[in-house]
Amino acid sequence: MTHAQEHTSHTKLIWKVFAILSVITIAEVALGITKPAALHLTKFLGTSPLNIIFLVLTLVKAYYITWFFMHMADEKKSLRRAVVWTALFLIIYLATLLLIEGSYINDVLGPLTKWNY
Amino acid sequence: MEVTIPAENNGTSWNGGNNNPLGASYGKMMMWFFILSDALTFSGFLGAYGFMRFKFHDSWPIADEVFTHFPFLHGVHAPMYYVAIMTFILIFSSVTMVLAVDAGHQMNKKKVTFYMLLTIVGGAIFLGSQAWEWKNFINGTYGAVKLNDGKIIQFVDASGEQITLESFVKSQHSGRTQLDRSKGVWFMKEAELPPFTLNEVVESFKANPAISIRTELINSETKTKTIIPHNQALGFLNEAKTVVKGANLRENEYGKTLFANFFFFITGFHGFHVLSGVIINTIVFFNVIVGTYERRGHYEMVEKVGLYWHFVDLVWVFVFTFFYLV
Repeated sequence: MTHAQEHTSHTKLIWKVFAILSVITIAEVALGITKPAALHLTKFLGTSPLNIIFLVLTLVKAYYITWFFMHMADEKKSLRRAVVWTALFLIIYLATLLLIEGSYINDVLGPLTKWNY
Repeated sequence: MEVTIPAENNGTSWNGGNNNPLGASYGKMMMWFFILSDALTFSGFLGAYGFMRFKFHDSWPIADEVFTHFPFLHGVHAPMYYVAIMTFILIFSSVTMVLAVDAGHQMNKKKVTFYMLLTIVGGAIFLGSQAWEWKNFINGTYGAVKLNDGKIIQFVDASGEQITLESFVKSQHSGRTQLDRSKGVWFMKEAELPPFTLNEVVESFKANPAISIRTELINSETKTKTIIPHNQALGFLNEAKTVVKGANLRENEYGKTLFANFFFFITGFHGFHVLSGVIINTIVFFNVIVGTYERRGHYEMVEKVGLYWHFVDLVWVFVFTFFYLV
């Protein structure tokens, strides 16, 4: 970033990002309250399409917060990758293993759980 | 070997020279790596939560039935609205924070002061909202019965809507009074007694054929909890152990105790981050007022504390998704 750019105001961009984040949050809440049956009760990629939508919207929000509020977009590529790629790789790795093991335990434990008395 | 150190470096570079590895000042880069490690800590917690959810995914509490309170609307079923407002408060305080950083780039002390103040106020409101959410969760809504093996049984009316214990249980005034310090020896006290005894609940249930119970088991077709007809319910109530009202680290009227454990731990850990963010913001706010950064010639400290503050917002985005939406 050059010296001249540092002094120009980014207020317009900030309000635009705020508008995007607000719209996404409102969409999430509306979907969470109405829970349309076509999205909620069907299956897609091992879960409901609604859950996939929530996950994608959350990642979009995370992108906007990191890139424009935390100014990751203005950092050097090396710093950006050192932080973002490390986090993405380790989190995906951890989550994948934990969720696979969790659902395996459910497969084994579920049939053994007593639900009638 | 001689090392030359320039007199003025203002803390923007590593060693007083012009070397800035990764193009960032020492403080900013270290803040990024702290955030990275903190993000991994939160991922560990949320990952453990996900593990338990997958393990019990056929009997996990449904968030819409747990967090239903809204200020001034008593007894109204209002899922999600309150936490949506909390999310907005936090996002908005992120906006004022980034506006403060922006004003700092223009060396506009007045604007930085104003936006920092708004950010602190937003953080404080969020903390208060979080406390209210905890209060409702701890006090509970309906009350339930815990079985010997730890499963939770809730009561529903003929239409399948959950009902409170107060709405059908007739007190027989046979329960004992709670032992506290004023009644016994000074060191003797016990945990708060549930509002009704187990016997009162079971007797009132038998006397009222219109109501029935529901178990924690989720019907995978309708994604609702399984309702047991009244005539089969006594088999469950014969196994009953205690009456549960509210949630804490030992029992949870909404279902799995693990849900309460993770909720308290993860939102508590996040709330602690918000609290420390508010404190650090306040310190920086006063530094802005007394002109520390004006004299230093740059507002990088506002940027660094801003990074932390946005990170707290970022974590909330994920906590919101995994506790309230998914």
